[in-house]
Amino acid sequence: MGKTFLIYIETKDSKARKSSIEALCAARRVAGDSTAAAVVIGQCDDASSLAQYGVSAVYTVNAPSTAGFSSDLHAAAVAAAADKVKPDFIGGSATVLGRELFGRLSARLGRTAAMDCIEMKWDGGLKLVRPVYSGKALATVSFQGEAPHLFTLRPNVFPADAPAAGLSCALTPLDVSLDATKATSRVVEVLRGAAGELDVAEAQVVISGGRGMKGHENFDVLRKLVAVIPNAALGASRAAVDSGWIDHSHQVGQTGKVVSPQLYIACGISGAIQHLAGMSSSKCIVAVNKDPEAPIFKLADYGIVGDLFEVVPKLVEEFKKLLAQ
Amino acid sequence: MNIIVCLKQVFATDARIKIAPDGKTVSEEQIEWIMSPYDEFALEEALRIREAKSGKITALTLGPERCTTMLRSAFALGVDAAVHLKDPLFDNLDALAVARVLAEAIRKIPHDLVLFGKQGVGVDQGLVQSMVAELLGLPLANIVTKLSVEADKVRCLREVDGGSEWVECGLPAIVSAQKGLNDPRIANLKGIMAAKKKPIDVWNAQSLGVTADSIGASTLTHDSYVLPPPRKAGKVLQGTAEDTAQQLVSLLRNEAKII
Ligand SMILES: Cc1cc2nc3c(=O)[nH]c(=O)nc-3n(C[C@H](O)[C@H](O)[C@H](O)COP(=O)(O)OP(=O)(O)OC[C@H]3O[C@@H](n4cnc5c(N)ncnc54)[C@H](O)[C@@H]3O)c2cc1C
Ligand SMILES: Nc1ncnc2c1ncn2[C@@H]1O[C@H](COP(=O)(O)O)[C@@H](O)[C@H]1O
Repeated sequence: MGKTFLIYIETKDSKARKSSIEALCAARRVAGDSTAAAVVIGQCDDASSLAQYGVSAVYTVNAPSTAGFSSDLHAAAVAAAADKVKPDFIGGSATVLGRELFGRLSARLGRTAAMDCIEMKWDGGLKLVRPVYSGKALATVSFQGEAPHLFTLRPNVFPADAPAAGLSCALTPLDVSLDATKATSRVVEVLRGAAGELDVAEAQVVISGGRGMKGHENFDVLRKLVAVIPNAALGASRAAVDSGWIDHSHQVGQTGKVVSPQLYIACGISGAIQHLAGMSSSKCIVAVNKDPEAPIFKLADYGIVGDLFEVVPKLVEEFKKLLAQ
Repeated sequence: MNIIVCLKQVFATDARIKIAPDGKTVSEEQIEWIMSPYDEFALEEALRIREAKSGKITALTLGPERCTTMLRSAFALGVDAAVHLKDPLFDNLDALAVARVLAEAIRKIPHDLVLFGKQGVGVDQGLVQSMVAELLGLPLANIVTKLSVEADKVRCLREVDGGSEWVECGLPAIVSAQKGLNDPRIANLKGIMAAKKKPIDVWNAQSLGVTADSIGASTLTHDSYVLPPPRKAGKVLQGTAEDTAQQLVSLLRNEAKII
């Protein structure tokens, strides 16, 4: 089995997404002496700087900027690119749009994608590990049959390499035409999340509040901590979301987002199995809870038994001091 | 308005997962089965659209005998018809195979709108709806929290990373439901009693016109399943709020080396 990769680069505000670069670097590492190339669809201002991650080529497909993301057009474009490049594997990041695209691509190419993988290695063939039951079990999967095979990697799990400064490369335009009028769905309005707010799935640090927050306005206590720690995002348990204190896009757990940040701080969260499913693969877990018997302490690396309304403001001060050093 | 709702039966979310002795599957012993939570939002939305516009709702599932209970629950909530795709050939299919069989069934049922959950809780792939959309050449509005049906199109608010977007799709269209779309109702006794007598249409491979060949062999193999290494309980910090906050920050820097 060959070992060449073609990685789909998703863009946000005409820049390559960090999670796509992670996927590119992961592919580059597994490819060894083989090649990892990138394919970019539509406007991407930093496309030529992808060379800094050791790609063999950056293929581009022109797309009308008015089209927004339409998974049918993008899937057709990636399939056409793959037809020209003939990679053994087509990979990407398991973002919301990445999942939709790889679903369509799977159907087009007749191969089921391995989705949302957290490990990838070469062992006589490509082996990927994907969490199932929200991480309550891990499945190792491999591919059979003719190339290309498809996979997506979970954002924030695979490290991006440091870019080799100064490298850039020529772009290779692919002769693939995208007809925006053929898109079956049309984006009519884009609403951003609250300005400057990072998504829990992409953050390095997630600070979550549960029923112990006791009210909508108290989330400001956590927002202050989010504000002092770089790359931090605000999360929540379902109890807090269902109480209407915070939007569902913040929910962590089996029916929310599954996150694997470097640091997860659970405040006033008991640790129900559905919540643990969403965060137990975090590198380091901290729990602040006034009940010493709360199940969350069974998996927390560091536990603080106490009132979050006393502890969290102190944490804000201590983090400030430490990060100012 | 003809609506199809695709329902998947999954493990209850509080299930303790055990690996089967062969190490290649997850044990189904002592598992309680439920309708996938996101499919409940899809079903509720279908009921609301029918209430506003009239029409017919068909619940569609692929799975073994146990799925009957889920289809009964769908009847109890008010669907008009239920189609159960059941055949030994349909056991242990991967996502693409499921999508191919569902797509065949959808072709045979009149539809303006096909509703899905955003993902089946458990395997957590969220693949089937986009595969079906591609196989049928239909538009997809994925992970939707608001939906309005207009004369010949749907307007949907879909979730994307770090925000949301309004998208429009012409009908027929596929929409997948995210939490927040609505607040699902609970079946009443009258509905539950009436559901017992409703006929479920069972379609097998032959009546559907699919074969092992047309479904295709999976290109993805599950080599093994393992449970994640258990996390060990760590340190509980002692002292006042100030003491513990100081200790924590220092441990995160010097021991965990995270900050
Ligand atoms: C189908 C289904 C899907 C689900 N999906 C999810 C999911 O995705 N995510 C999720 O989170 N849950 C999910 N749940 C819900 C889950 O079972 C729990 O009900 C929920 O996680 C509880 O949230 P909590 O820990 O915030 O609340 P509780 O369990 O009520 O815990 C609150 C905690 O706060 C502590 N506390 C109170 N006041 C303070 C204070 N001042 N200082 C410090 N500590 C304090 C208490 O000691 C307690 O431990 C799901 C349930 C079902 C049935
Ligand atoms: N066996 C099935 N029968 C009916 N619908 C299904 C089945 N599998 C998946 N679906 C639908 O596809 C959605 C996504 O499922 P999945 O790709 O398995 O995460 C589910 O929420 C269902 O609406």
